[in-house]
Amino acid sequence: MAVVSMTVNGKAVSAEAEDRTLLVYFLREQLRLTGTHIGCDTSQCGACVVHVDGKAVKSCSMFAVQAEGAKVTTIEGLAKDGKLHPVQEAFRDNHGLQCGFCTPGMIMTAVDLIRRKPVLDRETIRHELEGNICRCTGYHNIVSSIEDAAKRMSGATR
Amino acid sequence: MIPYPFKYKRATSVADAETSLKDSPDTKLLAGGQTLIAAMKMRLASPSELIDISHLKELSYIRVSNDAVVIGAATTHFEVADSPDVIKRIPALAHLASIIGDPAVRHKGTLGGSVANNDPAADYPAAVLGLNATIKTNRRAIAADEFFTGMFSTALSSEEIISEVSFPIPKRASYKKFPNPASRYAMAGVFVAQTNSGVRVAVTGAGPCVFRVTAMETALSQSFSAGALEGIIIGADGLNSDIHGSAEYRAHLVGVMARRAVATAAA
Repeated sequence: MAVVSMTVNGKAVSAEAEDRTLLVYFLREQLRLTGTHIGCDTSQCGACVVHVDGKAVKSCSMFAVQAEGAKVTTIEGLAKDGKLHPVQEAFRDNHGLQCGFCTPGMIMTAVDLIRRKPVLDRETIRHELEGNICRCTGYHNIVSSIEDAAKRMSGATR
Repeated sequence: MIPYPFKYKRATSVADAETSLKDSPDTKLLAGGQTLIAAMKMRLASPSELIDISHLKELSYIRVSNDAVVIGAATTHFEVADSPDVIKRIPALAHLASIIGDPAVRHKGTLGGSVANNDPAADYPAAVLGLNATIKTNRRAIAADEFFTGMFSTALSSEEIISEVSFPIPKRASYKKFPNPASRYAMAGVFVAQTNSGVRVAVTGAGPCVFRVTAMETALSQSFSAGALEGIIIGADGLNSDIHGSAEYRAHLVGVMARRAVATAAA
């Protein structure tokens, strides 16, 4: 086994991993960052979305060794100094989660989306959420949460 | 979902990757991995070694000339969809890239990976065949009509690495697909292009391999309008049939998607 090194949530980390170890297992089992979820076997559910070098990717669809030297952000890295990220706040305020299993992936996808497209309409949000499956909410409040978060982050009042 | 063991190597250059391919016959190239890794997780693929070429800057670029858009093999779907040059010169190609999979897939998946894999329901093969593109490798240039040889198979030899794809700029073009609602793969996707060398209609998702519909091309050469396609029947023989849709259903979809694509391109 080789030692894989990367920066996760701003901290340099190194841990042993087989070449076949998926990034999501590396995060969950080696680093004990269990906020990143595994919801399917087929790379379709999006519960495992993290940011690698600033872009949203599925951590079940890349190997940990591919992230050697990369900067990774997981759901645990969003809150700063005990204060939730605006997207996390918006999910709480808009009842954007029920069971919460898909939420880490939803929020990581949403943060990436708002970075790329600061001004969002509901149709765009729905198209951009195609890779994230939720089995509880019917998506309505997730879309509202992201719409609200985008407005907050652009400085507009609610 | 854990793949069989394999050895991972990050290539330092295309030449380095080529050497690694020669050394080991059961080696596969890893680009975006958005198809390959899923197949490895299901243990449908089990290469002994993966050569990662996704980091190679020499394979990641978009260049525009007077008559073509040339895209490096390791360019991601997101980069193609987001490129002002592609949006301006071949908007149908940018649109096609923007509806592959989902955002996370588009951040990783690459043009070269999609084309080399030649999944029967992948989007890019429709653009490559529909625009009469040329695939350039470390050895030679291959015309689209000679490249896609069957389900998951291409004219590439085992030591060949795609370096870029050159897409001739069409007069007008459009791509319409009916996606599988879960996977976003094409149930049927039709790329229609009016080029300097005639009209081309390429279909993905419906059959075992991307194919052209000459009856539609002939009709559209005479009149480039959705109406020109009325009455052209696509046979269900040899088309894909699975839990998502029968061959007859897909045959019908090809006609619908083709008419929509022409209507958009002609607008």
